[in-house]
Amino acid sequence: MNESEIRTRVVGVIKSVAPELEEGELKADRPLRDQIDLDSMDWLNVLVALHEKLHVDIPEADYGKLVTLNDLVGYLREKLAQRAT
Amino acid sequence: MIEFKLPSLGADMDQGKLVEWKVKPGDAVKRGQVVAVVDTSKAAVEVEIWQDGTMFEQLVPIGEAVPVGTVIATLLAPGETPEQAALQKRAAPAPRAASKPAAPAAAVPVAGETPAAATLAQRKPVSPAARKHARELNVDVEKIAGTGPHGAVTIEDVEKAAAAVHAAAAPAAADRYAEMRKAIAAAMSRSKREIPHYYLSETIPMQRAAEWLAGENAKRSVTERILMGALQLKAVALALAKTPELNGFWKNGAFEPATGVHIGVAISIRQGGLIPPAIHDVDKKSLPELMRALSDLVARVRAGSLRSSEMSDPTITVTNLGDTGVEAVFGVIYPPQVALVGFGRMETRPWSEDGKLFTAPLVTASLSADHRASNGIRGARFLAELRERLQHPEEL
Repeated sequence: MNESEIRTRVVGVIKSVAPELEEGELKADRPLRDQIDLDSMDWLNVLVALHEKLHVDIPEADYGKLVTLNDLVGYLREKLAQRAT
Repeated sequence: MIEFKLPSLGADMDQGKLVEWKVKPGDAVKRGQVVAVVDTSKAAVEVEIWQDGTMFEQLVPIGEAVPVGTVIATLLAPGETPEQAALQKRAAPAPRAASKPAAPAAAVPVAGETPAAATLAQRKPVSPAARKHARELNVDVEKIAGTGPHGAVTIEDVEKAAAAVHAAAAPAAADRYAEMRKAIAAAMSRSKREIPHYYLSETIPMQRAAEWLAGENAKRSVTERILMGALQLKAVALALAKTPELNGFWKNGAFEPATGVHIGVAISIRQGGLIPPAIHDVDKKSLPELMRALSDLVARVRAGSLRSSEMSDPTITVTNLGDTGVEAVFGVIYPPQVALVGFGRMETRPWSEDGKLFTAPLVTASLSADHRASNGIRGARFLAELRERLQHPEEL
């Protein structure tokens, strides 16, 4: 799965949790939580949905690294690449 | 004959519009079964019945709004025959008229007439096919203006009426928001007018709870992870055992302690607004059970599908505004409850314990309580117990 495919999946998941999000409104290098109203339950729902779609389990200890959309996409790409090798 | 009344749907909801009957006359119903869906200003609520029986007569047509407490259907008790129920009904005043003084005049039988006679007198020509179709679509043929010969109700009339009901049952999001705002305004005004609130707060060190939870969650898949909010709910439920005067209702000038700990969890709706449905028996649920109940409730609030028992019986409310970044919240009590517990954000700050200064994650817990039901010293006792419970997360 290439980066743009991962990005499409991630944005799709975020939209499923925050349906009010307008496409193109999201700045990929800005903290997600500054741009969308995501409480801790919403965030958990995002991670659960990513787990279902991409089969990647993100440990809680890594939450701190995942601030922007770019962070999340980069992290998932790395995890998926590790699994492929 | 069992009278099935529209149950209370929370302090800020005094009426509901019938959207759907889930059972037909003649169907057997079991205690706890969802028998109808009622639209309130906040959500479509699935209304459960609390007795076994057989659905006899449905008294409120789809699309009609009725006040809480209105008899919306009658049921046959186990072993009762329709004939016995009909006799009983004739002996008693018309149930809807009795509990609904504001009913439109046409629905109230004229004095001296039995309800059955009143219905007969108003009966209009309806073809059997149209009547059958109306039953299938759950519309009241007596309320449909007929366009057929001699004002007869045709199948087309029935379909038009059903479509109109459907449209009425799905209010636009903006309307729903305005209605919800009105309902919240009414409940909160009543609270501030009637309840003498007192407020207490306590800073609670959370390093033990946070470390324990991190260790637990490291062992769990993302689908089984537990949020700090679930720990806080459980700690509140257990702490209430020592101060039962915070868990219950103020009714008719006296405090009524609750038999279970059903915590109303204030859940925000993305489009705006707030619903505090209950998680039942929080003190008896394990953390994983509680977490599942919480996820399920949040998902159903956002999808607008709640059950009447969740809306009507919270015994205390917990609000967590920590995710928004506020330090503390001093909430307004939902009548007839007598207390509300608030949690602010968890933040690492300097802290001292046993003469040592260090940094620790801290959270401010607050209590808004009804001074008619409890005193500040008991409220303080509750917060001290809550702090203590959160120092022993493995026992939660």
